[in-house]
Amino acid sequence: MSVMTQEEPAIAVSGLRKAYGDNVAVAGVDLEVRRGEVFALLGPNGAGKTTTVEILEGYRHRDGGTVSVLGADPEHADRAWRARVGIVLQGTGEFDDLTVGEVVTHFAQFYPSPDDPAAVIARVGLAAKAKARTHTLSGGQKRRLDVALGIIGRPELLFLDEPTTGFDPEARREFWDLIRDLSAAGTTIVLTTHYLEEAEALADRLAVIADGALVAVSTPQALGDRQNAPATVSWRTAEGTVERKETSTPTALVAEIAAGYGGEVPGLTVTRPTLEDVYLTMIGHR
Amino acid sequence: MTASTQTPAAPGPLALGLRQGGLEVKQFTRSREAVVFTMAFPAIMIVIFASIFDGEIGGGVNFTQYFITGMIATGLLSVGFQSLAIQIPAERDRGVLKRLRGTPMPKWVYFAGKVIMVLIVGVVETAILLAVSALFFDLDLPSTGARWLTFLWVGLLGISACTLLGIAFSSVARTARSAPAVVTPVALILQFISGVFFVFTSLPTWMQHVAAVFPLKWMCQGLRSVFLPDSFAAQEPGGTWELGKVALILGAWCVVGLILCITTFRWTTKRDG
Repeated sequence: MSVMTQEEPAIAVSGLRKAYGDNVAVAGVDLEVRRGEVFALLGPNGAGKTTTVEILEGYRHRDGGTVSVLGADPEHADRAWRARVGIVLQGTGEFDDLTVGEVVTHFAQFYPSPDDPAAVIARVGLAAKAKARTHTLSGGQKRRLDVALGIIGRPELLFLDEPTTGFDPEARREFWDLIRDLSAAGTTIVLTTHYLEEAEALADRLAVIADGALVAVSTPQALGDRQNAPATVSWRTAEGTVERKETSTPTALVAEIAAGYGGEVPGLTVTRPTLEDVYLTMIGHR
Repeated sequence: MTASTQTPAAPGPLALGLRQGGLEVKQFTRSREAVVFTMAFPAIMIVIFASIFDGEIGGGVNFTQYFITGMIATGLLSVGFQSLAIQIPAERDRGVLKRLRGTPMPKWVYFAGKVIMVLIVGVVETAILLAVSALFFDLDLPSTGARWLTFLWVGLLGISACTLLGIAFSSVARTARSAPAVVTPVALILQFISGVFFVFTSLPTWMQHVAAVFPLKWMCQGLRSVFLPDSFAAQEPGGTWELGKVALILGAWCVVGLILCITTFRWTTKRDG
């Protein structure tokens, strides 16, 4: 394994390909994740997100392309590499008859310099459940336990595959704070998610994957060039119908309409495409 | 980093294996129905057998003395082979194995945990069986140190073969739901043809030959040399206890099981690719 420098990317992927029989899941993906960034992978179900991430985690063989994660090929990674990588899988692996504290403490001893189990349990918001058997946890609490097991080894790189599925809005906000904390401490984070607001809130950069290929890599703000996209101005006319106009100079248009009304324009809105609009266009659903 | 904030050194490999065993035993003892059934099953079977056949098999030896050997062997088969071949697919389906694979845990630690659990459960279960039989059904425990030694090595080799084959067989079932259907008939057929429920030499010769391929028959035979008078050796198929052959065949199955474990064990389900 080569020694990492700060300049070297955490993840470098080029020409990644993977097929299951005739079904091509990943068709030539190029990707770079920088050290310390939060990188989100968006895409519909079956787009190739989980396949891509599980190749990066060393779970799956690839059919083609080169992959370097923390300077090593995950397919042939050793224990030292595993100790530097934290993984929160999409599905949970449950230890029915053990308590939260027992499971986290047990996993801690697999790592060379683990975090304090009690502190990690508190950090994911399970302090009150430390002595509870894991099968008594709710769906959201089980997910928090998954995250605790993903970070107990103090990873340099953390993979989160749809981590907040099943969270209520409050739990999701708390989880976002945890991710921001980890990121502030220097952890590189790769996140797949269905929730666009989650990607927008957390990601430094994001990639959209559809039909096994990347269709965009960008910051959430610049995705699909949406800050420069035409704005839609709408207002109510004297007859009570709604008028709608697309324009690249909304300020001038609003001034013009306002002059016509001689004051307030009834029902005035100015909108630009939301992240969701841009995303849905990209994956071909609009 | 100063000494005061330094985290304690990670446990060595041996400690990891032992703790994994501790965790497995903890999980087992917390699943109450598994404890009761696993521990009590062979003892209940000997109660039934001793009640049905309460006479003598001949030469002043009662039936309990004969059937105890089959019950001990079948108990070890159930703890090592059946329970692992059913439990491991369940853990694979739940994603426990996939999750462990994502940590720096050495692979063998998982297997060490299972082996430790099987050994502890096997010893306790056998002890209960012997105690019940000795107290209520006039079982004579082995009288010499040499017999106890044979008991020890036949038991150890037998449970090792069963455990390794159980881990190997766990890759046959595609899902946790199909595992009992795949595993139970194998165990049941072996029990019938290996002389657990009948006097082995009363079985058809071809059946004896089939049974002789598999470990259970040799476990029973080895145990008969421990619990029956030496005069009974003449009634064995080979006319002697054939202890050398017992060791050789059980050892060979250990090797086969180990090779299968190493080459075919799956940490993820089929749909995980």
